[in-house]
Amino acid sequence: MTSTPLAQVLMLAGLLFSLGLVGVLVRRNIMFMLLSIEIMLNAAGLAFVAAGSRWGSPDGQVMFLFIITMAAAEVSVGLALVIQLYHRLKTLDTDAARTLRG
Amino acid sequence: MNAVFYIAAGVTVVSTVLVITQFNPVHALLYLIVSLMSVSLIFFLLGAPFAAALEVIIYAGAIMVLFVFVVMMLNLGHLAVEQEQQLLNPRMWLGPSLLVAVLMIELVYILAQGGSHPVEGSIVGSKAVGLALFGPYVLGVELASMLLLAGLVGAHHLGRRAPDIKSPGEETS
Repeated sequence: MTSTPLAQVLMLAGLLFSLGLVGVLVRRNIMFMLLSIEIMLNAAGLAFVAAGSRWGSPDGQVMFLFIITMAAAEVSVGLALVIQLYHRLKTLDTDAARTLRG
Repeated sequence: MNAVFYIAAGVTVVSTVLVITQFNPVHALLYLIVSLMSVSLIFFLLGAPFAAALEVIIYAGAIMVLFVFVVMMLNLGHLAVEQEQQLLNPRMWLGPSLLVAVLMIELVYILAQGGSHPVEGSIVGSKAVGLALFGPYVLGVELASMLLLAGLVGAHHLGRRAPDIKSPGEETS
């Protein structure tokens, strides 16, 4: 089987990560910022799985499992924060939450 | 098999770009689900079927459903009805379903080729992953359970309605 080099999968992961980073930096809607964080975590998981499959070891998939666990915990807390922000400020704009004592 | 990888990578990048350029959160969620599915196909091509299944079940299934619930919770009333009507608009779901159709064709092609040829390396099945997970990584599993417990408690605490903002006709918990 002619192989796709590991470098190409890693380039895809890097591209996805930078897209997520651009999303976090550019968008000010907190929902889109959370989605971009998900994109970045997914890209990190892709890099882990690609590296694990390159050497035929299950460690990459184990790390991907831990990344998924962390993403689930992060999303649950983040969405609770989104709901709090919306109830307090009636907006999803993160610039509205600059002041600590609203 | 390389062409399949390149097409899946293209679908991933296109749908991810569409996620961060959309203005409606539901559109962005649909494209993010497409992106996760194509990453799952890439996992399958890399010889990691267990990670591919987890990507679809946990990421595209559970976490995205959480997002959809919160999006639906946030705008109540006539806005939600408008959003539902918009969901039935063909222009909205045409893009994601086209991208998913490309993935579907690729999946059928792979299965017709006779199953899982990894692009590179060998297939690391779920048995090897389970042995590694409960062998050398068992401490990590315990830490992950603690992290999930902390996430649960944190989400419950933060998700409570704050007692100083009472909306009328609603009791605070």
